[in-house]
Amino acid sequence: MTALAVNDLCKSFGGLRVTTNVNLGVAAGERRLIIGPNGAGKTTLFNLITGEITPDSGSVALFGRDITRTPSRKRSHLGMARTYQIITLFTQDTIERNVTLALLGLSPLRWNPLLALDRQRHLLEQARAALKRVGLDHIAARPLAQTSYGERRRVEIAMALAQNPKLLLLDEPFAGLSIDERQDVRKLLATIPRDVTIVMIEHDMDTALDLVDRITLLHFGEVIVEGTRAEVVADPRTREVYLGE
Amino acid sequence: MTFWLLLTVNSITFGGLLFLLSAGFSLIFGLMRIPNLTHGSMFMVGAYLGTSLLGGTSGFTLNFWVAALIAAVEVAILGALMERLLLRRLAGQQLAQVLVTLGVSFMAADLCLMGWGGDPISVATPPHLAGFVRVDGAAFPLYRMAVILIAVVFAVALWLMLERTRLGAMIRAGVDDPQMARVVGIRVSQLFTIVFALGAGLAGFAGIISGPILSVYPGLDQDMLPLALVVVILGGTGSLLGSFVGSIIVGFIYNFGQALLPELAYFVLFLPMVLVLVLRPQGLFGGQIL
Amino acid sequence: MNSPAASPVTNPATSELTGGGAVRRVAIAVAVLALVAVPYAIEQVYYVNIASQILLYAVFALGLNVLVGYAGLVSLGHAGLFGVAAYVVAYLLAAGHGHALAILAGLAAGLVATAGFAALALRATGISFIMITLALGEIIWGLAYRWISITGGDNGISVSTRPMPFGLSLDAPRAFYDATLIVFLLAVGAVAIFVRSPFGAALCGTRDQPRRMNALGYHVLMIRFWAFMFSGLLTSVAGILFVYYTEFISPQALALTASAEGLLMVISGGAGTLLGPVVGAALVVIVKNVVSAYITRWNFMLGAIFVAIVVFMPEGLVPGAVRLTRSAWQSASRQKGTTRNAAASAPRPQS
Repeated sequence: MTALAVNDLCKSFGGLRVTTNVNLGVAAGERRLIIGPNGAGKTTLFNLITGEITPDSGSVALFGRDITRTPSRKRSHLGMARTYQIITLFTQDTIERNVTLALLGLSPLRWNPLLALDRQRHLLEQARAALKRVGLDHIAARPLAQTSYGERRRVEIAMALAQNPKLLLLDEPFAGLSIDERQDVRKLLATIPRDVTIVMIEHDMDTALDLVDRITLLHFGEVIVEGTRAEVVADPRTREVYLGE
Repeated sequence: MTFWLLLTVNSITFGGLLFLLSAGFSLIFGLMRIPNLTHGSMFMVGAYLGTSLLGGTSGFTLNFWVAALIAAVEVAILGALMERLLLRRLAGQQLAQVLVTLGVSFMAADLCLMGWGGDPISVATPPHLAGFVRVDGAAFPLYRMAVILIAVVFAVALWLMLERTRLGAMIRAGVDDPQMARVVGIRVSQLFTIVFALGAGLAGFAGIISGPILSVYPGLDQDMLPLALVVVILGGTGSLLGSFVGSIIVGFIYNFGQALLPELAYFVLFLPMVLVLVLRPQGLFGGQIL
Repeated sequence: MNSPAASPVTNPATSELTGGGAVRRVAIAVAVLALVAVPYAIEQVYYVNIASQILLYAVFALGLNVLVGYAGLVSLGHAGLFGVAAYVVAYLLAAGHGHALAILAGLAAGLVATAGFAALALRATGISFIMITLALGEIIWGLAYRWISITGGDNGISVSTRPMPFGLSLDAPRAFYDATLIVFLLAVGAVAIFVRSPFGAALCGTRDQPRRMNALGYHVLMIRFWAFMFSGLLTSVAGILFVYYTEFISPQALALTASAEGLLMVISGGAGTLLGPVVGAALVVIVKNVVSAYITRWNFMLGAIFVAIVVFMPEGLVPGAVRLTRSAWQSASRQKGTTRNAAASAPRPQS
């Protein structure tokens, strides 16, 4: 079963082609790493997959269902969740409230203007559970403004996990973290069960490498190499892109 | 037939006045990203200052055009002062800047009421333009033709300024990307003052030369500001061509509306606005829609 | 806006009235009793009327705050919505219809106008949203002013009677105050429930991170639309109270100055707080009446207050005054050389 199928996806901004005939097939349960130099179009590819940007041509399918024309807000209801390279959290709220908002986004309760949100026990319990998974349950009540960068990265991941996704897109989950924090996040990602398919953008190959099954190398919006870890690392084109040989 | 022709001329005249008003509004919006809600007040203040210069109180009578230019310069100075003393303090806080322009517009309205009283002041048409142009039995007021000519001259001059001069190039760079303009060494803050003064001066000039057509009265600011807003919503912000086209459209709709549906003249303006907002909002407000 | 003193689990904005606890409940009861007692404490009709005015404008400000404070969308056209409801009531009453029909039609018309405003203005956000609402509000004003055959133009429309709910006459100022108080309390309760609801939380989310909310599965545009409708409902209610209070409606009530007064109430009290707009309404109504008693320059004052607040106290008059007095007190105590106080009032974490 293919979890994510991207076919001939193209996108230009003005005259600049940022995504050129990208094809991607990620099997259910797979861990896929997307690498490429800065400006290779990695985050743009994520935005095209989540629908935050509309492609010029090509298609995106999620578990066999074509979602190219599906508004991005509905894609999260279909089991797609993502984190952001640049952290975008609700800084005026507590950690717990951030995760609750992620849960509420998929709940019909979100339209309810009469009930008290604080009294929705099952939501709060789920939020606590998600925070426990990322090891933040002990500071759930802390205002986000008083948290560290590493903690915020984990809140991002907790929000994505709270939505119980079938496909999880992680945009540079290790960016800006200390060595210890990286190991924490790496362990956390390793605990995610295989019924969740993961596509990850990451520069830090050393930390990410043993988490993933296959690697896709993007360069100037094009897929240059795709294969297993060993294949991609051994491929001369990889060296060419990274070392400019 | 004559009726329609006259109405058409009046519409174009009014469109010309609106262009003088909204070109500055649009440039300020394009550059500083704020609607200058004192723009109607600048129009009115220019008109009131002009009436005073034209002799009412000061005892000697200036030539109409000299008075209009002086009034325009005075309003331009007021605009520059406002930008320097108030808006500059709130750099980067758009909402605060908008609210300050709103507050100043109320103060200006009350000061005008204090200074010039509540009765409308009529402005005499300059004697050398008091006549009519007769074409096929229809008589067109010479003054209105002159206003059209002035608007066209200003449109061309502004276009040349933006396209051909260094100042124009800096303004265009600032409208396109203020951060980038700053990076390449343009003193954006100085540019703000210049453009604000220019826009204010144009509005003040439009105010006094509209005197013989509209007369000057309390509430003139509140009549004109929404028209400038509608022009800019229609034509797009920061675009001279947009202001020009928008002004002509609003000039026609407003005048034809007033002639045909006098009670609903203001309301018919609503229709083009609805159309544009529904069909082409992205063309007008760039990427701001979520 | 973010007070560390509030319970960390709940959003501070929502905990003002709903935080539970016996102390809070007692405080609410005392406040309500005090409001009920107002007309008995101040016997002069003039002051009772001012109290009624404060309450009806507080309903207006509560409605505007739903949009300005919780949705982060600043409207300068709300007086237009206020006016639509008021004019429809006045027109129907003048045409000889009953109060029930007039009030229902007024609410319906206010909501239809709100839906129109929302459909157009929500195509933009930020500054463009302000411009569109301003233009729409001015168009309604122009309609009231020029559509003389319906609105009576500058002369407005007079209303000769007030409704008699359950057979009780509202003609006396005290009775009208009581009726307004009931509506006001319902409005505060409605906003309090709204703000702490899941929908209220979602609305605040769209204010802070609209793109993120969209990615989390929220329909940002629809959330804003329904918030606008709720805002318009409260605004229409205020408009209907207004037309019964003054027994008259004219274009002045719809002018840009009226929208600006509403906005001043919201931001002076503190946007995005439950009771800020109520405090702001009291401030603006009192200052306006005091100023009008001495000089005729209310518009100048309104403009000057606007400029002063924006330049000196951007966070709102109430929080701003607290901040200014605190820093004054701090510097005073520092001069005395006491370091103990400085530790107690250490800088608060900024969000």
